[in-house]
Amino acid sequence: MTTIKALHDKLVNKEISAVELAKATLKDIKDREGKVDSFITITEDEALAQAAAIDERGIDASNPVSGIPIAVKDNISTKGILTTAASKMLYNYEPIFDATSVEKLYANDMIIVGKTNMDEFAMGGSTENSAFKPTKNAWDETKVPGGSSGGSATAVAANQVLLSLGSDTGGSIRQPASFNGVVGLKPTYGRISRFGLIAFGSSLDQIGPFSQNVEDNALLLNAVSGYDPKDSTSSKVAVPDFTSKIGQDVKGLKIALPKEYLGEGIDPQVKEQVLAAAKHFEKLGAIVEEVSLPHSKYGVAVYYIIASSEASSNLQRFDGIRYGFRAEDAVDLEDIYVKTRSQGFGEEVKRRIMLGTFSLSSGYYDAYFKKAGQVRTLIMQDFQKVFENYDLIIGPTAPTVAYDLDTQGHDPVAMYLADLLTIPVNLAGLPGISIPAGQVDGLPVGLQIIGKAFDETTIYQAAAAFEATTDFHKNKPVIFGA
Amino acid sequence: MEITKDDVKHVADLSKLAFDEAETAEFAGTLTKIVDMFMKLEEVDTTGVPFTSNVADNINAWREDVAVAGWNRDELFQNVPEAEDGFIKVPAIMEDN
Repeated sequence: MTTIKALHDKLVNKEISAVELAKATLKDIKDREGKVDSFITITEDEALAQAAAIDERGIDASNPVSGIPIAVKDNISTKGILTTAASKMLYNYEPIFDATSVEKLYANDMIIVGKTNMDEFAMGGSTENSAFKPTKNAWDETKVPGGSSGGSATAVAANQVLLSLGSDTGGSIRQPASFNGVVGLKPTYGRISRFGLIAFGSSLDQIGPFSQNVEDNALLLNAVSGYDPKDSTSSKVAVPDFTSKIGQDVKGLKIALPKEYLGEGIDPQVKEQVLAAAKHFEKLGAIVEEVSLPHSKYGVAVYYIIASSEASSNLQRFDGIRYGFRAEDAVDLEDIYVKTRSQGFGEEVKRRIMLGTFSLSSGYYDAYFKKAGQVRTLIMQDFQKVFENYDLIIGPTAPTVAYDLDTQGHDPVAMYLADLLTIPVNLAGLPGISIPAGQVDGLPVGLQIIGKAFDETTIYQAAAAFEATTDFHKNKPVIFGA
Repeated sequence: MEITKDDVKHVADLSKLAFDEAETAEFAGTLTKIVDMFMKLEEVDTTGVPFTSNVADNINAWREDVAVAGWNRDELFQNVPEAEDGFIKVPAIMEDN
């Protein structure tokens, strides 16, 4: 297993060139793609041209991510590169601009090698809602990779790339990171510009990094964070060096363990691993105590009202007029809208649009949307109270390990309830990470670490301390042979 | 709360979506289950609790009132499904009379 810093040293010492590294990465992608289907688009020509230009200029010795290949989730806009959000609606869409996060990747001389598969418009938890194909779990091809950023998580777990970007509206980075045994962080709301991220739930969406280890994750967050005038919700809070506390011990750190995160619906074997992780933090000198987040059990209901309402508004723009799919044989303008949307959106996207439109419609607004916004306040206050006395909160990332592919028989309500541990973090705008913390039946278990707003450095400190003293991150998928 | 097929048709109309009879019935069933899950919120007392619509830390974002270059029209038209002479082409929006 290599690290970004080790690769960086090789690039600086000219043991390998950026072109050679890009070629090796593209080979890894192709060799493994047949088993995992992580990518919608592989950008071989663009990547090699970019790498050649970097070799020409020379690697920036002061920038650890210079010349490093990266995969980007397909709902993040890339100029001149197909950006579909895994929807038939955008099957042919090539943006004429880059997302700010992508501009920052390029400015850091990172090489985009492809766009990753996902649930359509980031709606789902298994990547099976992609209009194009399902992605497979890197540990077991018969299991889901999680979602919605399933392609970005699997690509890192399968060693196709060392780094990727995903997006997280209700757990879409952390849950697939958990299912694939990799590190995935949802930063604080406002930390990374959302400009160019195809909007789902605008008050919840956040772009974030996937990696094979904690330090690499922090290095990527360093590269893409910061205020952006093009996103008025991006924050002007100073961007620290996110690696600054990595290596510091956790003695005296106060960690809260919410009892609601170990209750109903959590697989007992997953719970066991998380309790073992809590014990491990105690052994490292942290103080771990049980707390309560009494309103967290309402998170799923609040989330599916708010996220669907915001989605129903955001997805109005897909009407077949200016870009993307347009239905044929429409007789008038209304017919274009209805036929394009009915044929272009998949079932889950339509379900969310319907739910959102219902929640916002006359007669129901107060009972659903307004009520949800108030309970959201109570969920935020629960976190504020805990963070008055604690530095971090830990719990499972997902209630189970990865489940079988083919959700045809899955009940939407059951699927929604599986997000119960990740959703409250988005509702409160807080940062949260998932790191490998064990296995159940040969499949990875993720430990979630939640921090105070804009305190990703303490999350990385604790995550790195855990990683340095455990071997879970060294377990590798076996589907590609030893 | 039961979501009827008529409710589904009304919301579909607002959403600019169309469903056949089988889909309408299926949606009525799943939406009923999901809305029943939403009803759980009724047990929370929210009297006097403020409404949260977003968690951004800045209220307004201002910029100088200075004109900046916009998008190039040819670029903007690259993704238009049907265009003619610099216009987006759509079917007739008014009936011939």
